[in-house]
Amino acid sequence: MPLLEVENLSIALSTDKRLIPVVHGISFGIEARQALGIAGESGCGKSLTCLGIMGLTEDSPIRITGGTIRFAGRDITRLSGRKRRELMGNRMAMIFQEPMNSLNPVYRVGYQITEAIVQHQSLSMREARKLAVELLADVGIPNPEERQHDYPHQLSGGLRQRVMIAIALSCEPDLLIADEPTTALDVTVQAQILDLIAQLQERRGMSLLLISHDLGVIARTCAHVAVMYCGRIVEYSSANDLFAAPRHPYSVGLMNSMPDPDRDLERLAAIAGNVPSLQDGIPTGCAFVPRCPQSAEKCSQPFVESDFQKTVLCHFPHEATQ
Amino acid sequence: MTAILAAVAPFRGRYMASLGLVWLICAALIAIFAPWFSHFDPLQLDPVSRLIEPNGIHWFGTDHFGRDTYSRCVYGARMAFVIGAGAVVISLIVGGSIGLLSGYFSWLGHGLMRFVDVLMAFPALLLALFLMSLFERSVGNTILVIGLVYSATTARILFGMTLKLKSEVYIDAAICAGANHLSILLRHMLPNLISPLLVQASFIFAFAQLQAAALDFLGLGLPPEIPSWGNMLSESRIYITRAPWLLIFPGSLIIVSVFSLNLVGDLMRDRIDPRFRNDFSGV
Repeated sequence: MPLLEVENLSIALSTDKRLIPVVHGISFGIEARQALGIAGESGCGKSLTCLGIMGLTEDSPIRITGGTIRFAGRDITRLSGRKRRELMGNRMAMIFQEPMNSLNPVYRVGYQITEAIVQHQSLSMREARKLAVELLADVGIPNPEERQHDYPHQLSGGLRQRVMIAIALSCEPDLLIADEPTTALDVTVQAQILDLIAQLQERRGMSLLLISHDLGVIARTCAHVAVMYCGRIVEYSSANDLFAAPRHPYSVGLMNSMPDPDRDLERLAAIAGNVPSLQDGIPTGCAFVPRCPQSAEKCSQPFVESDFQKTVLCHFPHEATQ
Repeated sequence: MTAILAAVAPFRGRYMASLGLVWLICAALIAIFAPWFSHFDPLQLDPVSRLIEPNGIHWFGTDHFGRDTYSRCVYGARMAFVIGAGAVVISLIVGGSIGLLSGYFSWLGHGLMRFVDVLMAFPALLLALFLMSLFERSVGNTILVIGLVYSATTARILFGMTLKLKSEVYIDAAICAGANHLSILLRHMLPNLISPLLVQASFIFAFAQLQAAALDFLGLGLPPEIPSWGNMLSESRIYITRAPWLLIFPGSLIIVSVFSLNLVGDLMRDRIDPRFRNDFSGV
């Protein structure tokens, strides 16, 4: 049984007048110790999916309109606030996009880790503090003894993200959700943080859900990839297969638009056209039709149930390599 | 010693504010040790020496009952500080919780903040007069009413700041770490709101004193027998031509104290955590 199992999950944003569907019946699962990457461009619903999983929907326009999210066999969309809080931080933890704002500016970083530890484990302040220093060392912060007394503004972006990871790891979660953990960091730090996440995932045997718009980031850390477009998962496969031979035309487009130092191109290849506006709702047929180089008449017709069972949501997928 | 130096550091180069601070400290000391600073009982009547001009014995002269104006001013300082501090406490607790809760729970905010908007539509003094007319005149009620009147502005400020804080990623991160509402409000949000609250407190302190004086003057504040600067003004206004000292001393005390409080408040506002500097431009 997968540790996290998302089935037919639909998410909508509520405005004054109506609900705008943004995620349309997506399903995926993560086994224990497995890493899954969700790739897709801005606005395809990948971040909303992870906010939905973490339950950060209270008092926000995000509404889960259908489907289930099962964590270790329990449907967490139906859990009460208290039960859910017990789960969060304890068995699931999340790292956010912006390390600049994800630490509380008025507390020292050591205290913030200690607090997270004490909240979920029955440890004394003293033991928790010791554990916090160990965690800081674990995520590769030099001089953790001294650094724990720093305020967030005294740390660089990379260090802050490391502290965030330390907080997320403090209660030894089974599942770590990382929502674009490296977007705000520069490329060298990005690589370090990704290696750290991959390493910790391996060492602690966690499952990882990594969200990114950067296929390179996902290739580096995840064994499986789900490519999202306009609120749907359009391709789901192992990372090796996807990078060897993408099958959905959108994945092909994404792959081609990755900069490659070996190719001598005047301009970076891009997928023609724009992401359709969510205001008009998600089309019942393929959403990629207007931008697809190989669309046919059939593509505009609504998908049928059996289409969603396939790993590639396309009527004319590219050949898979054997 | 270093602690004192650090506390005084912001006042370097701000002479007016420094003077204000010195005055406030002196006034506070006088208010606390009022019996040592006054050599007459502020309530003691002395019909023989009525309306005496300031002299060596009665430094600030006497009023129409022969009470020593200096002693009454000293005890009036005590009243001013008690009312200011009381109003600050009430408005920070009442207004603070309204603002914090309304900002955090948006369903609550829709209702409560509209009520606060209605309260803010009334001029502070009018609202205070209306509330005082419902209650008996007493020190406690005056503090309560002034505190409630200024709760509206405090609520408004905290509401805005809380809304802004709520969207911070570290609050989401705290929710993700399994923090409950109470711990998010008290441990993650409130510490971020301390500095704007301090500034707000300094201004409420000043305005509460003014407001109390105004209520006393209009005869709806403290009971007339209690020596307060406002009461003294109110009682002596008919003697303005014969005994101007009765107006001049308490009047200038009100002016100097409120002005000092404002100077110190301004300085605090300027010196406060730079992250909040912009948020105060309109307050």
